Amino acid sequence: MIDALWGWPPPVLDPAGPYAAKVTTLAWSLFALGVIVTLVVIAALWAAIKGPPRVQAMLGGERAIWIGGVAFPGVVLTALLIWGLTLTATLTDPIEGDEMRIRVTGEMWWFRVQYLGDQGRVIMEDANEIHIPVGRPVVLELESADVIHSFWVPHLSGKKDMIPGRRTLLLVEADRPGEFGGVCAEYCGAQHALMGFVAVAHEPAAWNDWRDARLARIAAADGPRGTDLDMARTAAAGDAARGRNLFMDVGCAACHRVAGTDANGLAGPDLTHVGSRRTLGAGILPNHLGTMMGWIGDSQSIKPGNRMPSYDMLSAGELEAIALWLEQQK
Amino acid sequence: MDMGHIYRRAPLARAMALMACACLSACKDPVQTRREPAAETAARGLIAIRDAGCGSCHEIPGLDWPKGRLAPSLNGFDDVGLIAGQLPNRPEVLAAFIRNAPLVKPGSTMPPMPVTRQEARDIASYLYGIDHD
Ligand code: HEC
Ligand code: HEC
Ligand SMILES: [Cu+2]
Repeated sequence: MIDALWGWPPPVLDPAGPYAAKVTTLAWSLFALGVIVTLVVIAALWAAIKGPPRVQAMLGGERAIWIGGVAFPGVVLTALLIWGLTLTATLTDPIEGDEMRIRVTGEMWWFRVQYLGDQGRVIMEDANEIHIPVGRPVVLELESADVIHSFWVPHLSGKKDMIPGRRTLLLVEADRPGEFGGVCAEYCGAQHALMGFVAVAHEPAAWNDWRDARLARIAAADGPRGTDLDMARTAAAGDAARGRNLFMDVGCAACHRVAGTDANGLAGPDLTHVGSRRTLGAGILPNHLGTMMGWIGDSQSIKPGNRMPSYDMLSAGELEAIALWLEQQK
Repeated sequence: MDMGHIYRRAPLARAMALMACACLSACKDPVQTRREPAAETAARGLIAIRDAGCGSCHEIPGLDWPKGRLAPSLNGFDDVGLIAGQLPNRPEVLAAFIRNAPLVKPGSTMPPMPVTRQEARDIASYLYGIDHD
Protein backbone atom coordinates (compact mmCIF):
# COMPACT_ATOMS: atom_id res chain seq x y z
CA MET A 1 0.00 0.00 0.00
CA ILE A 2 1.00 3.60 -0.50
CA ASP A 3 1.42 4.92 3.00
CA ALA A 4 1.55 8.62 3.82
CA LEU A 5 3.04 8.30 7.28
CA TRP A 6 5.17 5.16 7.53
CA GLY A 7 7.99 3.86 5.41
CA TRP A 8 11.68 4.34 4.91
CA PRO A 9 12.79 7.04 4.44
CA PRO A 10 9.89 8.54 6.42
CA PRO A 11 7.71 10.50 3.97
CA VAL A 12 7.90 13.70 6.06
CA LEU A 13 11.69 13.67 5.70
CA ASP A 14 11.71 12.67 2.04
CA PRO A 15 10.52 15.67 0.02
CA ALA A 16 9.67 14.94 -3.60
CA GLY A 17 9.24 18.55 -4.69
CA PRO A 18 10.25 22.13 -3.96
CA TYR A 19 7.38 22.99 -1.61
CA ALA A 20 7.88 19.95 0.58
CA ALA A 21 11.64 20.61 0.46
CA LYS A 22 11.07 24.04 2.03
CA VAL A 23 9.06 22.50 4.84
CA THR A 24 11.72 19.85 5.39
CA THR A 25 14.47 22.49 5.52
CA LEU A 26 12.50 24.38 8.14
CA ALA A 27 11.97 21.21 10.16
CA TRP A 28 15.67 20.26 10.09
CA SER A 29 16.68 23.82 11.01
CA LEU A 30 14.39 23.76 14.03
CA PHE A 31 15.81 20.42 15.02
CA ALA A 32 19.44 21.60 14.64
CA LEU A 33 18.73 24.75 16.63
CA GLY A 34 17.12 22.66 19.35
CA VAL A 35 20.23 20.47 19.52
CA ILE A 36 22.52 23.51 19.76
CA VAL A 37 20.47 25.13 22.54
CA THR A 38 20.34 21.87 24.46
CA LEU A 39 24.14 21.50 24.21
CA VAL A 40 24.71 25.10 25.36
CA VAL A 41 22.39 24.62 28.35
CA ILE A 42 24.15 21.40 29.33
CA ALA A 43 27.56 23.12 29.04
CA ALA A 44 26.37 26.07 31.13
CA LEU A 45 24.95 23.71 33.74
CA TRP A 46 28.25 21.87 33.93
CA ALA A 47 30.20 25.15 34.19
CA ALA A 48 27.86 26.44 36.90
CA ILE A 49 28.49 23.34 39.02
CA LYS A 50 32.10 22.44 38.28
CA GLY A 51 33.58 25.43 36.47
CA PRO A 52 36.07 28.02 37.80
CA PRO A 53 34.61 30.57 40.29
CA ARG A 54 34.91 33.41 37.78
CA VAL A 55 32.61 31.59 35.29
CA GLN A 56 30.23 30.59 38.07
CA ALA A 57 29.88 34.22 39.11
CA MET A 58 29.27 35.24 35.52
CA LEU A 59 26.54 32.61 35.01
CA GLY A 60 24.89 33.57 38.31
CA GLY A 61 24.83 37.27 37.49
CA GLU A 62 21.86 39.30 36.32
CA ARG A 63 23.49 40.00 32.95
CA ALA A 64 23.51 36.29 32.05
CA ILE A 65 19.75 36.22 32.56
CA TRP A 66 19.13 39.31 30.42
CA ILE A 67 21.31 38.02 27.59
CA GLY A 68 20.78 34.25 27.70
CA GLY A 69 17.23 34.21 29.04
CA VAL A 70 15.59 37.19 27.34
CA ALA A 71 17.57 38.68 24.47
CA PHE A 72 18.73 35.44 22.84
CA PRO A 73 15.35 33.60 22.84
CA GLY A 74 13.60 36.82 21.87
CA VAL A 75 15.72 37.34 18.80
CA VAL A 76 15.87 33.69 17.75
CA LEU A 77 12.17 32.93 18.24
CA THR A 78 11.09 36.12 16.45
CA ALA A 79 13.35 35.29 13.53
CA LEU A 80 12.01 31.74 13.40
CA LEU A 81 8.42 32.97 13.53
CA ILE A 82 8.98 35.34 10.62
CA TRP A 83 10.77 32.65 8.63
CA GLY A 84 8.09 30.03 9.35
CA LEU A 85 5.18 32.32 8.53
CA THR A 86 6.64 33.67 5.29
CA LEU A 87 7.56 30.14 4.25
CA THR A 88 4.07 28.75 4.84
CA ALA A 89 2.66 31.79 3.04
CA THR A 90 4.62 30.85 -0.08
CA LEU A 91 2.91 27.43 -0.05
CA THR A 92 -0.42 29.15 -0.67
CA ASP A 93 0.66 31.97 -3.04
CA PRO A 94 -1.64 31.88 -6.03
CA ILE A 95 0.52 31.72 -9.12
CA GLU A 96 -0.27 33.77 -12.17
CA GLY A 97 -0.79 32.60 -15.69
CA ASP A 98 -0.77 29.09 -17.03
CA GLU A 99 -1.28 27.29 -13.79
CA MET A 100 -2.96 23.96 -13.37
CA ARG A 101 -5.85 23.80 -10.92
CA ILE A 102 -7.46 20.87 -9.17
CA ARG A 103 -10.33 21.23 -6.74
CA VAL A 104 -10.28 18.74 -3.88
CA THR A 105 -13.26 18.56 -1.55
CA GLY A 106 -13.11 16.76 1.77
CA GLU A 107 -16.19 14.67 2.51
CA MET A 108 -16.82 12.29 5.38
CA TRP A 109 -14.63 10.21 4.73
CA TRP A 110 -13.18 10.52 1.26
CA PHE A 111 -11.87 13.12 -1.20
CA ARG A 112 -13.77 14.43 -4.23
CA VAL A 113 -11.39 15.46 -7.01
CA GLN A 114 -12.23 17.82 -9.90
CA TYR A 115 -9.78 18.92 -12.57
CA LEU A 116 -10.47 22.50 -13.64
CA GLY A 117 -10.11 23.91 -17.14
CA ASP A 118 -9.35 27.44 -18.32
CA GLN A 119 -12.43 29.19 -17.01
CA GLY A 120 -12.55 27.26 -13.80
CA ARG A 121 -14.96 24.78 -15.38
CA VAL A 122 -14.78 21.20 -14.19
CA ILE A 123 -13.32 19.12 -17.01
CA MET A 124 -12.68 15.79 -15.28
CA GLU A 125 -14.21 14.20 -12.18
CA ASP A 126 -12.48 11.66 -9.98
CA ALA A 127 -12.03 10.69 -6.34
CA ASN A 128 -9.36 9.69 -3.84
CA GLU A 129 -6.51 10.11 -6.32
CA ILE A 130 -4.85 13.14 -7.91
CA HIS A 131 -2.61 12.93 -10.96
CA ILE A 132 -0.08 15.68 -11.59
CA PRO A 133 2.73 16.26 -14.08
CA VAL A 134 6.31 16.37 -12.79
CA GLY A 135 7.95 19.79 -12.70
CA ARG A 136 4.84 21.95 -12.82
CA PRO A 137 3.33 23.68 -9.80
CA VAL A 138 -0.31 22.77 -9.24
CA VAL A 139 -2.77 24.91 -7.31
CA LEU A 140 -5.16 22.89 -5.22
CA GLU A 141 -8.44 24.57 -4.35
CA LEU A 142 -9.43 22.92 -1.09
CA GLU A 143 -13.03 22.83 0.09
CA SER A 144 -15.14 20.84 2.48
CA ALA A 145 -18.64 19.44 2.15
CA ASP A 146 -19.25 18.92 5.85
CA VAL A 147 -16.73 19.37 8.68
CA ILE A 148 -13.14 20.62 8.78
CA HIS A 149 -10.69 18.25 7.11
CA SER A 150 -7.06 18.82 6.30
CA PHE A 151 -5.21 17.92 3.12
CA TRP A 152 -1.72 16.53 3.52
CA VAL A 153 0.71 14.77 1.16
CA PRO A 154 3.93 14.80 3.19
CA HIS A 155 6.08 14.14 0.10
CA LEU A 156 4.69 17.14 -1.78
CA SER A 157 3.77 20.02 0.53
CA GLY A 158 2.61 21.20 3.95
CA LYS A 159 -0.81 20.65 5.49
CA LYS A 160 -3.78 22.84 4.67
CA ASP A 161 -7.19 22.85 6.31
CA MET A 162 -10.32 22.24 4.25
CA ILE A 163 -12.97 24.48 5.76
CA PRO A 164 -16.73 24.37 5.07
CA GLY A 165 -17.90 27.47 3.21
CA ARG A 166 -14.38 28.61 2.40
CA ARG A 167 -11.82 27.94 -0.29
CA THR A 168 -8.20 27.53 0.75
CA LEU A 169 -5.28 27.19 -1.64
CA LEU A 170 -2.27 24.91 -1.47
CA LEU A 171 0.60 24.58 -3.92
CA VAL A 172 2.10 21.20 -4.69
CA GLU A 173 4.80 20.19 -7.11
CA ALA A 174 6.64 16.95 -7.69
CA ASP A 175 10.17 16.84 -9.05
CA ARG A 176 10.18 13.09 -9.62
CA PRO A 177 7.56 10.63 -10.79
CA GLY A 178 6.04 8.37 -8.18
CA GLU A 179 3.04 7.52 -6.03
CA PHE A 180 2.75 9.46 -2.81
CA GLY A 181 0.33 8.74 0.00
CA GLY A 182 -1.89 11.43 1.48
CA VAL A 183 -4.12 11.62 4.53
CA CYS A 184 -6.73 13.76 6.19
CA ALA A 185 -4.79 15.53 8.94
CA GLU A 186 -7.63 17.03 10.98
CA TYR A 187 -9.89 14.86 13.10
CA CYS A 188 -13.21 14.73 11.25
CA GLY A 189 -15.23 11.94 12.82
CA ALA A 190 -15.23 8.20 13.41
CA GLN A 191 -13.43 7.17 10.24
CA HIS A 192 -10.93 10.03 10.11
CA ALA A 193 -8.09 7.51 10.37
CA LEU A 194 -9.37 5.71 7.25
CA MET A 195 -9.55 8.82 5.07
CA GLY A 196 -6.63 8.82 2.66
CA PHE A 197 -5.76 9.26 -0.98
CA VAL A 198 -2.90 8.88 -3.42
CA ALA A 199 -1.06 11.55 -5.40
CA VAL A 200 0.47 10.19 -8.59
CA ALA A 201 3.18 12.21 -10.35
CA HIS A 202 3.79 11.37 -14.04
CA GLU A 203 6.49 12.55 -16.43
CA PRO A 204 4.91 15.45 -18.39
CA ALA A 205 4.44 13.45 -21.62
CA ALA A 206 2.90 10.54 -19.73
CA TRP A 207 0.62 12.94 -17.90
CA ASN A 208 -0.56 14.46 -21.19
CA ASP A 209 -1.35 10.97 -22.51
CA TRP A 210 -3.20 10.17 -19.31
CA ARG A 211 -5.27 13.35 -19.56
CA ASP A 212 -6.02 12.90 -23.26
CA ALA A 213 -7.18 9.33 -22.66
CA ARG A 214 -9.50 10.47 -19.92
CA LEU A 215 -10.90 13.37 -21.93
CA ALA A 216 -11.45 11.04 -24.89
CA ARG A 217 -13.26 8.58 -22.68
CA ILE A 218 -15.49 11.35 -21.32
CA ALA A 219 -16.14 12.82 -24.78
CA ALA A 220 -17.13 9.40 -26.09
CA ALA A 221 -19.42 8.91 -23.11
CA ASP A 222 -21.07 12.31 -23.51
CA GLY A 223 -21.66 11.96 -27.23
CA PRO A 224 -25.03 10.89 -28.64
CA ARG A 225 -23.84 7.33 -29.05
CA GLY A 226 -22.21 7.24 -25.67
CA THR A 227 -24.42 4.57 -24.24
CA ASP A 228 -23.90 2.34 -27.27
CA LEU A 229 -20.17 2.71 -27.01
CA ASP A 230 -20.35 1.84 -23.40
CA MET A 231 -22.39 -1.28 -24.09
CA ALA A 232 -19.93 -2.31 -26.79
CA ARG A 233 -17.12 -1.97 -24.33
CA THR A 234 -18.75 -4.24 -21.81
CA ALA A 235 -20.45 -6.63 -24.18
CA ALA A 236 -17.30 -8.73 -24.38
CA ALA A 237 -17.76 -9.92 -20.83
CA GLY A 238 -21.25 -11.20 -20.22
CA ASP A 239 -20.88 -11.05 -16.47
CA ALA A 240 -19.75 -7.45 -16.56
CA ALA A 241 -22.74 -6.40 -18.63
CA ARG A 242 -24.94 -8.07 -16.04
CA GLY A 243 -23.02 -6.15 -13.38
CA ARG A 244 -23.75 -2.91 -15.16
CA ASN A 245 -27.48 -3.61 -15.09
CA LEU A 246 -27.34 -4.62 -11.45
CA PHE A 247 -25.47 -1.40 -10.63
CA MET A 248 -28.38 0.58 -12.07
CA ASP A 249 -31.07 -1.64 -10.52
CA VAL A 250 -29.96 -2.07 -6.92
CA GLY A 251 -29.51 1.65 -6.25
CA CYS A 252 -25.78 2.29 -6.64
CA ALA A 253 -26.55 4.84 -9.36
CA ALA A 254 -28.37 7.03 -6.86
CA CYS A 255 -25.11 7.85 -5.11
CA HIS A 256 -22.46 7.25 -7.77
CA ARG A 257 -21.73 8.71 -11.16
CA VAL A 258 -20.28 6.71 -14.05
CA ALA A 259 -19.82 8.88 -17.15
CA GLY A 260 -21.74 7.65 -20.17
CA THR A 261 -24.33 5.73 -18.18
CA ASP A 262 -27.51 6.68 -16.36
CA ALA A 263 -25.61 6.66 -13.08
CA ASN A 264 -25.55 10.28 -11.99
CA GLY A 265 -25.48 10.23 -8.20
CA LEU A 266 -23.32 12.75 -6.41
CA ALA A 267 -23.38 11.56 -2.78
CA GLY A 268 -20.47 9.15 -3.24
CA PRO A 269 -17.19 9.08 -5.16
CA ASP A 270 -17.27 9.31 -8.96
CA LEU A 271 -16.72 5.78 -10.27
CA THR A 272 -16.01 6.62 -13.94
CA HIS A 273 -12.37 5.58 -13.51
CA VAL A 274 -12.61 3.42 -10.39
CA GLY A 275 -10.99 0.45 -12.15
CA SER A 276 -7.77 2.40 -12.60
CA ARG A 277 -7.47 3.56 -9.01
CA ARG A 278 -4.58 2.32 -6.87
CA THR A 279 -6.83 1.99 -3.85
CA LEU A 280 -10.44 1.51 -2.73
CA GLY A 281 -12.34 3.00 0.19
CA ALA A 282 -10.34 6.27 0.17
CA GLY A 283 -6.76 5.02 0.16
CA ILE A 284 -7.28 2.11 2.53
CA LEU A 285 -7.48 -1.11 0.48
CA PRO A 286 -5.60 -2.33 -2.59
CA ASN A 287 -7.89 -2.27 -5.61
CA HIS A 288 -8.73 -5.60 -7.21
CA LEU A 289 -11.73 -7.83 -7.84
CA GLY A 290 -11.60 -9.32 -4.33
CA THR A 291 -11.43 -6.06 -2.39
CA MET A 292 -14.05 -4.56 -4.72
CA MET A 293 -16.44 -7.40 -3.85
CA GLY A 294 -15.58 -7.08 -0.17
CA TRP A 295 -16.18 -3.33 -0.17
CA ILE A 296 -19.53 -3.50 -1.97
CA GLY A 297 -20.81 -6.43 0.07
CA ASP A 298 -19.65 -5.27 3.46
CA SER A 299 -18.18 -1.77 3.52
CA GLN A 300 -19.65 -1.30 7.00
CA SER A 301 -17.31 -3.93 8.47
CA ILE A 302 -14.32 -2.45 6.68
CA LYS A 303 -15.07 1.21 7.45
CA PRO A 304 -17.82 1.27 10.11
CA GLY A 305 -20.22 4.18 9.84
CA ASN A 306 -19.18 5.21 6.32
CA ARG A 307 -22.01 6.62 4.24
CA MET A 308 -22.44 3.67 1.92
CA PRO A 309 -24.67 0.79 3.06
CA SER A 310 -23.36 -2.79 3.02
CA TYR A 311 -24.95 -4.74 0.19
CA ASP A 312 -24.98 -8.06 2.01
CA MET A 313 -28.29 -9.00 0.39
CA LEU A 314 -26.55 -9.46 -2.97
CA SER A 315 -25.50 -12.99 -3.89
CA ALA A 316 -21.82 -13.76 -4.45
CA GLY A 317 -22.49 -13.97 -8.18
CA GLU A 318 -24.15 -10.56 -8.24
CA LEU A 319 -21.36 -8.99 -6.20
CA GLU A 320 -18.85 -10.45 -8.58
CA ALA A 321 -20.68 -9.20 -11.66
CA ILE A 322 -20.86 -5.65 -10.31
CA ALA A 323 -17.22 -5.76 -9.22
CA LEU A 324 -16.14 -7.06 -12.64
CA TRP A 325 -17.93 -4.22 -14.37
CA LEU A 326 -16.50 -1.60 -12.02
CA GLU A 327 -12.97 -2.96 -12.45
CA GLN A 328 -13.44 -2.32 -16.19
CA GLN A 329 -14.14 1.38 -15.61
CA LYS A 330 -10.64 2.64 -16.25
CA MET B 1 -3.76 -5.89 -10.09
CA ASP B 2 -6.31 -6.47 -12.81
CA MET B 3 -7.52 -9.99 -12.25
CA GLY B 4 -10.15 -10.04 -14.96
CA HIS B 5 -7.88 -11.56 -17.57
CA ILE B 6 -6.85 -14.68 -15.71
CA TYR B 7 -10.33 -15.30 -14.43
CA ARG B 8 -12.23 -18.34 -15.69
CA ARG B 9 -9.47 -20.02 -17.66
CA ALA B 10 -10.20 -22.83 -20.03
CA PRO B 11 -10.80 -26.31 -18.58
CA LEU B 12 -7.38 -27.32 -19.85
CA ALA B 13 -5.70 -24.82 -17.56
CA ARG B 14 -7.82 -26.08 -14.70
CA ALA B 15 -6.77 -29.65 -15.31
CA MET B 16 -3.13 -28.59 -15.50
CA ALA B 17 -3.40 -26.76 -12.21
CA LEU B 18 -4.94 -29.81 -10.57
CA MET B 19 -2.13 -31.95 -11.95
CA ALA B 20 0.41 -29.50 -10.66
CA CYS B 21 -1.22 -29.72 -7.24
CA ALA B 22 -1.11 -33.48 -7.34
CA CYS B 23 2.58 -33.52 -8.33
CA LEU B 24 3.46 -31.03 -5.66
CA SER B 25 1.70 -32.96 -2.96
CA ALA B 26 3.49 -36.15 -3.99
CA CYS B 27 6.88 -34.91 -2.83
CA LYS B 28 7.27 -33.80 0.76
CA ASP B 29 8.08 -30.17 1.34
CA PRO B 30 10.81 -30.01 3.96
CA VAL B 31 10.18 -26.45 5.16
CA GLN B 32 6.45 -26.27 5.57
CA THR B 33 5.51 -29.31 7.59
CA ARG B 34 2.05 -29.11 8.98
CA ARG B 35 2.96 -28.79 12.63
CA GLU B 36 5.97 -26.48 12.47
CA PRO B 37 5.52 -23.56 10.17
CA ALA B 38 8.76 -21.60 9.85
CA ALA B 39 8.28 -18.39 11.82
CA GLU B 40 9.80 -16.37 9.01
CA THR B 41 7.51 -17.55 6.24
CA ALA B 42 4.56 -17.11 8.57
CA ALA B 43 5.57 -13.51 9.28
CA ARG B 44 5.86 -12.87 5.55
CA GLY B 45 2.48 -14.51 5.16
CA LEU B 46 0.81 -12.05 7.50
CA ILE B 47 2.32 -9.14 5.56
CA ALA B 48 1.09 -10.65 2.28
CA ILE B 49 -2.38 -11.06 3.82
CA ARG B 50 -2.40 -7.41 4.81
CA ASP B 51 -1.13 -6.17 1.45
CA ALA B 52 -3.58 -8.27 -0.55
CA GLY B 53 -6.57 -7.04 1.47
CA CYS B 54 -7.83 -10.53 2.45
CA GLY B 55 -9.35 -8.87 5.50
CA SER B 56 -11.95 -7.13 3.36
CA CYS B 57 -13.84 -10.45 3.32
CA HIS B 58 -12.31 -12.55 6.12
CA GLU B 59 -11.67 -12.13 9.80
CA ILE B 60 -8.11 -13.36 10.30
CA PRO B 61 -6.49 -13.85 13.71
CA GLY B 62 -3.48 -11.54 13.99
CA LEU B 63 -4.88 -8.99 11.56
CA ASP B 64 -6.35 -6.00 13.44
CA TRP B 65 -8.10 -4.50 10.46
CA PRO B 66 -10.21 -5.01 8.47
CA LYS B 67 -12.39 -7.82 9.77
CA GLY B 68 -14.76 -8.55 6.90
CA ARG B 69 -17.73 -10.80 7.48
CA LEU B 70 -18.63 -11.80 3.94
CA ALA B 71 -16.57 -14.98 4.11
CA PRO B 72 -15.66 -17.55 6.79
CA SER B 73 -13.20 -16.59 9.52
CA LEU B 74 -9.76 -18.07 8.83
CA ASN B 75 -9.12 -19.38 12.27
CA GLY B 76 -6.46 -22.05 12.03
CA PHE B 77 -6.04 -24.89 9.56
CA ASP B 78 -3.97 -27.23 11.67
CA ASP B 79 -6.86 -29.45 12.65
CA VAL B 80 -9.87 -28.59 10.52
CA GLY B 81 -11.34 -30.98 7.97
CA LEU B 82 -11.55 -29.94 4.36
CA ILE B 83 -10.54 -26.60 2.86
CA ALA B 84 -13.66 -24.73 1.79
CA GLY B 85 -15.60 -27.89 2.61
CA GLN B 86 -14.15 -29.84 -0.31
CA LEU B 87 -10.40 -29.86 -0.74
CA PRO B 88 -7.85 -31.98 1.09
CA ASN B 89 -6.28 -30.03 3.93
CA ARG B 90 -2.68 -29.72 2.74
CA PRO B 91 -0.43 -26.64 2.48
CA GLU B 92 0.04 -26.88 -1.30
CA VAL B 93 -3.67 -27.20 -1.88
CA LEU B 94 -4.36 -24.29 0.45
CA ALA B 95 -1.77 -22.17 -1.37
CA ALA B 96 -3.30 -23.03 -4.74
CA PHE B 97 -6.78 -22.25 -3.42
CA ILE B 98 -5.65 -18.85 -2.12
CA ARG B 99 -4.26 -17.87 -5.51
CA ASN B 100 -7.14 -19.00 -7.62
CA ALA B 101 -10.03 -20.53 -5.73
CA PRO B 102 -12.42 -21.04 -8.68
CA LEU B 103 -9.69 -22.94 -10.51
CA VAL B 104 -9.11 -25.56 -7.83
CA LYS B 105 -12.67 -25.59 -6.50
CA PRO B 106 -15.01 -24.96 -9.43
CA GLY B 107 -17.89 -22.80 -8.32
CA SER B 108 -16.07 -21.31 -5.36
CA THR B 109 -17.31 -17.83 -4.60
CA MET B 110 -13.90 -16.55 -3.57
CA PRO B 111 -12.37 -14.65 -6.50
CA PRO B 112 -8.76 -15.21 -7.63
CA MET B 113 -6.37 -13.09 -5.58
CA PRO B 114 -3.36 -11.14 -6.88
CA VAL B 115 -0.69 -12.93 -4.87
CA THR B 116 2.44 -14.63 -6.17
CA ARG B 117 3.05 -18.38 -5.70
CA GLN B 118 5.57 -17.62 -3.00
CA GLU B 119 3.18 -15.27 -1.20
CA ALA B 120 0.45 -17.90 -1.34
CA ARG B 121 2.81 -20.45 0.24
CA ASP B 122 3.73 -17.93 2.95
CA ILE B 123 0.08 -17.19 3.63
CA ALA B 124 -0.71 -20.90 3.88
CA SER B 125 2.14 -21.27 6.33
CA TYR B 126 0.77 -18.41 8.40
CA LEU B 127 -2.75 -19.84 8.41
CA TYR B 128 -1.48 -23.25 9.57
CA GLY B 129 0.40 -21.56 12.38
CA ILE B 130 -2.75 -20.12 13.95
CA ASP B 131 -3.90 -22.27 16.84
CA HIS B 132 -7.40 -23.46 16.21
CA ASP B 133 -9.29 -23.69 19.45
C1 HEC C 1 -26.22 6.08 -0.02
C2 HEC C 1 -25.26 6.32 -1.04
C3 HEC C 1 -24.52 5.16 -1.65
C4 HEC C 1 -25.04 4.06 -2.27
C5 HEC C 1 -26.49 3.68 -2.47
C6 HEC C 1 -23.89 3.32 -2.76
N1 HEC C 1 -22.73 3.95 -2.42
FE1 HEC C 1 -20.86 3.38 -2.91
N2 HEC C 1 -20.10 4.86 -1.79
C7 HEC C 1 -20.84 5.84 -1.15
C8 HEC C 1 -19.94 6.67 -0.37
C9 HEC C 1 -20.34 7.85 0.51
C10 HEC C 1 -18.64 6.16 -0.57
C11 HEC C 1 -17.34 6.66 0.07
C12 HEC C 1 -17.20 5.99 1.40
C13 HEC C 1 -15.94 6.34 2.12
O1 HEC C 1 -14.85 6.07 1.59
O2 HEC C 1 -16.02 6.86 3.24
C14 HEC C 1 -18.78 5.05 -1.48
C15 HEC C 1 -17.70 4.31 -1.98
C16 HEC C 1 -17.82 3.36 -2.97
C17 HEC C 1 -16.71 2.72 -3.64
C18 HEC C 1 -15.23 3.01 -3.39
C19 HEC C 1 -14.78 4.12 -4.27
C20 HEC C 1 -13.36 4.52 -4.05
O3 HEC C 1 -12.76 5.10 -4.94
O4 HEC C 1 -12.79 4.26 -2.99
C21 HEC C 1 -17.23 1.84 -4.53
C22 HEC C 1 -16.44 0.94 -5.47
C23 HEC C 1 -18.65 1.90 -4.40
N3 HEC C 1 -18.98 2.83 -3.46
C24 HEC C 1 -19.54 1.11 -5.13
C25 HEC C 1 -20.91 1.06 -4.89
C26 HEC C 1 -21.80 0.08 -5.46
C27 HEC C 1 -21.38 -1.01 -6.41
C28 HEC C 1 -23.05 0.35 -4.97
C29 HEC C 1 -24.33 -0.43 -5.22
C30 HEC C 1 -24.27 -1.85 -4.92
C31 HEC C 1 -22.94 1.52 -4.11
N4 HEC C 1 -21.62 1.92 -4.09
C32 HEC C 1 -23.98 2.14 -3.47
C33 HEC C 1 -22.19 6.00 -1.21
C34 HEC C 1 -23.08 5.08 -1.74
C1 HEC D 1 -14.37 -11.25 -2.15
C2 HEC D 1 -14.15 -11.68 -0.80
C3 HEC D 1 -12.91 -12.51 -0.50
C4 HEC D 1 -11.61 -12.09 -0.47
C5 HEC D 1 -11.07 -10.68 -0.79
C6 HEC D 1 -10.84 -13.21 -0.03
N1 HEC D 1 -11.65 -14.29 0.18
FE1 HEC D 1 -11.09 -16.11 0.90
N2 HEC D 1 -13.01 -16.77 0.75
C7 HEC D 1 -14.06 -16.03 0.30
C8 HEC D 1 -15.23 -16.86 0.23
C9 HEC D 1 -16.60 -16.40 -0.25
C10 HEC D 1 -14.84 -18.14 0.68
C11 HEC D 1 -15.66 -19.42 0.74
C12 HEC D 1 -15.36 -20.07 -0.59
C13 HEC D 1 -15.85 -21.47 -0.80
O1 HEC D 1 -16.42 -22.05 0.12
O2 HEC D 1 -15.61 -21.96 -1.90
C14 HEC D 1 -13.43 -18.04 1.00
C15 HEC D 1 -12.68 -19.09 1.51
C16 HEC D 1 -11.35 -18.98 1.87
C17 HEC D 1 -10.60 -20.03 2.49
C18 HEC D 1 -11.14 -21.39 2.90
C19 HEC D 1 -11.87 -21.21 4.19
C20 HEC D 1 -12.32 -22.48 4.86
O3 HEC D 1 -12.91 -22.35 5.93
O4 HEC D 1 -12.06 -23.57 4.36
C21 HEC D 1 -9.34 -19.56 2.67
C22 HEC D 1 -8.17 -20.27 3.30
C23 HEC D 1 -9.30 -18.21 2.15
N3 HEC D 1 -10.55 -17.89 1.68
C24 HEC D 1 -8.18 -17.41 2.16
C25 HEC D 1 -8.15 -16.12 1.62
C26 HEC D 1 -6.94 -15.33 1.52
C27 HEC D 1 -5.58 -15.75 2.01
C28 HEC D 1 -7.29 -14.17 0.93
C29 HEC D 1 -6.37 -13.00 0.53
C30 HEC D 1 -5.31 -13.34 -0.38
C31 HEC D 1 -8.73 -14.21 0.69
N4 HEC D 1 -9.19 -15.42 1.11
C32 HEC D 1 -9.46 -13.18 0.14
C33 HEC D 1 -14.05 -14.69 -0.04
C34 HEC D 1 -12.92 -13.89 -0.11
CU1 LIG E 1 -11.25 14.21 7.16
